[in-house]
Amino acid sequence: MRRARLWRTLTPWLFLAAPLTLLIVFTYAPVANMLAYSFTDWDGVSPELTYTGPDNYVEIFTRPELFQVFFVSGYYLAASAVQIGLALYFATILSFNVRFRNLFKGILFFPYLINGVAIGFVFLYFFQDGGTLDSVLALFGHESDRTWLGSPTSANISLASVSVWRYTGLNFVLFLGAIQSIPGELYEAAELDGANRWHQFRFIIAPGIRPVLSLSVILSISGSLSVFEIPYIMTGGATGTETFVIQTVKLAFQFNKTGLASAAAVVLLLIILAVTWLQRRLVPDDRVDLV
Amino acid sequence: MTTPATTTTATPVLRRRVARTLTYLSLVGASAVVLLPLLVVVLTSLKTERQMADDSGALTLPDSFLNLGNYATAFRDGEMLTAFGNTAFILFFAITGTVLIGSMAAYAIDRFAFRFRKPVVALFLVATLVPGVTTQVATFQIVDSLGMFDTLWAPIALYMGTDIVSIYIFLQFMRSIPVSLDESARLDGANAFTIYRKVIFPLLKPAIATVVIVKGITVYNDFYIPFLYLPSDDRGVISTSLFRFKGPFGAHWETISAGAILVVLPTLIAFLLLQRFIYNGFTRGATK
Repeated sequence: MRRARLWRTLTPWLFLAAPLTLLIVFTYAPVANMLAYSFTDWDGVSPELTYTGPDNYVEIFTRPELFQVFFVSGYYLAASAVQIGLALYFATILSFNVRFRNLFKGILFFPYLINGVAIGFVFLYFFQDGGTLDSVLALFGHESDRTWLGSPTSANISLASVSVWRYTGLNFVLFLGAIQSIPGELYEAAELDGANRWHQFRFIIAPGIRPVLSLSVILSISGSLSVFEIPYIMTGGATGTETFVIQTVKLAFQFNKTGLASAAAVVLLLIILAVTWLQRRLVPDDRVDLV
Repeated sequence: MTTPATTTTATPVLRRRVARTLTYLSLVGASAVVLLPLLVVVLTSLKTERQMADDSGALTLPDSFLNLGNYATAFRDGEMLTAFGNTAFILFFAITGTVLIGSMAAYAIDRFAFRFRKPVVALFLVATLVPGVTTQVATFQIVDSLGMFDTLWAPIALYMGTDIVSIYIFLQFMRSIPVSLDESARLDGANAFTIYRKVIFPLLKPAIATVVIVKGITVYNDFYIPFLYLPSDDRGVISTSLFRFKGPFGAHWETISAGAILVVLPTLIAFLLLQRFIYNGFTRGATK
């Protein structure tokens, strides 16, 4: 009898053993270690490390070249706004009857599925001297002699537009899914009341997809702060395109400054947590129905 | 556009027609923006070295559409066979692991009332807030100390361990499976493991399909984890092997383009075959 009861209490834990172990080993232990490293001068290799207190944090906020990577995020934030706007527009028009709807849907979404390295190469060629962009501009009689990835501003704008190209499709599909879950009678009723497309968008679609919209906003903020792939593949962080994650990876794995890199990662984590918390406060109807 | 025009006066009809034209123009424009960079790379991959050198511009057509030499070079010298092999190995184990682990966790959380259930759920929940990129510096030390650095097991373990989204997908779906099924199986003498294996797991099929697709695409395309954990040449996955084209092939855009197309092609085929499931997978996977 007691054995049976023991088994009963043990059973759920047997199912949870593997997932919990992985969760702790690969998520919580790293976070704890990262906090600990961030107060040391560890190089990641030697057995010696000294406790340095908040020195690493002071360094991050006082050395302008370390802090300036945050300004690069600004380009990606602006790009996210464009991306969400475009996604919203296309999701709205494609949720109504349009010819070749599935074809357009597929074309818009497909970039999201493409390998990041392949995208990096496609757009390196795109922005090359005499590459795709220059050739297209020449077609329209515009001979350009600028190097698109040559100056910090134009390089960052170019890279941020690649991220619009890549991620608009995801937002678009999320919005489309949300719009389609709005009951169709609502539009018919609105149309009988004389509502035009804009009214329908403003009063039916926009409120209907608010949770997904706010989720997209938060995803794009944390995404803009943690950009890595495209700039790393395309420019390696040169000409002022270094992002926060590129810098952290370089600090940790090239310059062996594990302590400083950990502090940087903690700062990023805190910012993202703050943003998430703020979003939860501002949009409380975004329910978490896990339990 | 769903209902016929209610008025027959000229202006609204005209206005509607203009709106329609603008709608289609914007759709065609967007499609061009999406497709053009890709199409040009396809064209480039079919050009010979000579044609690339004559400076005729990116938009010219290749001399022959059957010039597949660059693909052969990319495949052979870029060691794409090893790359596809390693990727397939990682995909298989990471996906199997994610499905088993995710469904087991969801089963335990949804079907059992046990002590510390809420804290356990909270542990999984809070973990979603920690973006993987931020913790890699510290994760690296753990992977290294487990002796997994530069083995294919490192990415496999990381993909399985950080996948909380799939637990959510399973959990969501599990709620729609009536508990009475479990109960009747229990009356027939089945224990919890038999119920999980014979009743729950088979019924989870749609959720499993979603997880396999979302996970598969993520793993196939990931660059960050293999880049950090698999530095050896013979442990390249498709992302890192393609990335290495930057060195030896330098400015040989015809070869780099062929490599990129080789990597994108499987995605395109999978997308065309599984379109509907992929859309569903992403709407389900990402909103949770």
